[in-house]
Amino acid sequence: MNYMGYKRAEGRSGIRNHVLILPTCGCASETARMVASQVQGSINVIINTGCADVQANTDLTQRVLTGFALNPNVFAVVIIGLGCETVGHRELQQKIQSETSKPVCSFGIQEEGGTLKTAAKAAAQARLFVQQASMQQRVPCDLGDILLGLECGGSDATSGVAANPALGLVCDRLIDEGGSSMLSETIEFIGAEHILAKRAIDKTVHNQIIQICKEYEEHLASAGQSCRAGQPTPGNKEGGLSTLEEKSLGCIKKGGSRPIVEVLQEAMRPTKHGAIIMDTPGYDIASITSMVAGGCQLVAFTTGRGTPTGIALAPVIKITANKQTYRNMEDNMDIDVSSIIDGTQSLQQGADTIFDEMLAVANGKITKAEAFGFSDVCIDHVCRFV
Amino acid sequence: MGVKALLLDEKDTVATCMDGAGEGDVVTCIGTASRQVLCVQAIPPCHKIALKDMQENEDVYKYGQVIGRTTQVIREGALVWHENLVGFERDYETELL
Repeated sequence: MNYMGYKRAEGRSGIRNHVLILPTCGCASETARMVASQVQGSINVIINTGCADVQANTDLTQRVLTGFALNPNVFAVVIIGLGCETVGHRELQQKIQSETSKPVCSFGIQEEGGTLKTAAKAAAQARLFVQQASMQQRVPCDLGDILLGLECGGSDATSGVAANPALGLVCDRLIDEGGSSMLSETIEFIGAEHILAKRAIDKTVHNQIIQICKEYEEHLASAGQSCRAGQPTPGNKEGGLSTLEEKSLGCIKKGGSRPIVEVLQEAMRPTKHGAIIMDTPGYDIASITSMVAGGCQLVAFTTGRGTPTGIALAPVIKITANKQTYRNMEDNMDIDVSSIIDGTQSLQQGADTIFDEMLAVANGKITKAEAFGFSDVCIDHVCRFV
Repeated sequence: MGVKALLLDEKDTVATCMDGAGEGDVVTCIGTASRQVLCVQAIPPCHKIALKDMQENEDVYKYGQVIGRTTQVIREGALVWHENLVGFERDYETELL
């Protein structure tokens, strides 16, 4: 099956053609925002890390920054650095250019003499890139290029019985078309990891799925913390999800039933096609950030209680099976599959609704979060800033 | 049209009242098996109703899986939620192949 997308010189096609204004660190984020506000067609992200971090945090931040730049939805990149951060703008530019031929340029705020001088130069460059991007046409691309990120948040009892199983059927169909899906949120495997592991393609992957849950709990315990303090969230409990086990058993249903072929560290890019797992937190914005850095062009986000989340680089399609939530938050919800719960629509019909919307969004339809220009980003942390 | 609850697996000891239920309602389970239970306590929308009398520290089943253990005696037809149900530690070593 084909969709209309943007061909890239290296690898997979994109469903958007963004010019990304990318800060190297928190200190450059506001200047990057100013640049994007000057140039229609460019997008920015706010980065909360990039300096004063231990090595493991630095590694993760660099994977996210590089991953954002390499995401197939990005046409070109304008990097804004400060000048004294851990990894400077030139180094980041070199790293990105070692992996892609897409246009990349960079500026340093200290070097240029402040925000306004930097923004003037960067905006001129961004304007040029946006004009170049506008000349590129959508052409037929293989749906097999699509890597669909899976997310659930603000879950309630409708998520696990309707929205997630329907999304699971969408994943199976996408994988059967040659595409890939990415399931994340390790914390929300806990209590269901033994069932998820049964989908592993081999013993190694099976044990990796168990191991990431075990290591996550050990990691938190080493800081004297427990995941059960924050999970389920107060909203989950109010929505009828009483334990982490109950939440997880519903969460994993959004991954479908196809064999799991690879388990990735956070913000890594897959080396295989099919059902992929990425080891991320259950915090929606952090897991979406890492999945988009891992190359997802599109995110399907199921919710029970409703959420506005969007990331500028990739459309996030919001799906709910809670009728009240759809009505209450129609501003933010893209798809209503509550008829699965009413019994007026089958799970398969609900899945078809999601699949059709996914295809429309891949072809260019703007999601509600995109229309609002939302750009939620949160880079996960291994331990405290230093 | 009576009050309905979703029963997801024959092994389950709770069903989910999508639209809630009131004390005295006869709740009809739909899904994998059909049965009726008398609601003895208000169940908020999306919350679970006990399908049997439960002892303290008893495994509770939903999706055919254990979702936690009771922290107190729960009567058939009563609310099962975070105030009387807790999760437990995993035994990951036994799950590794």
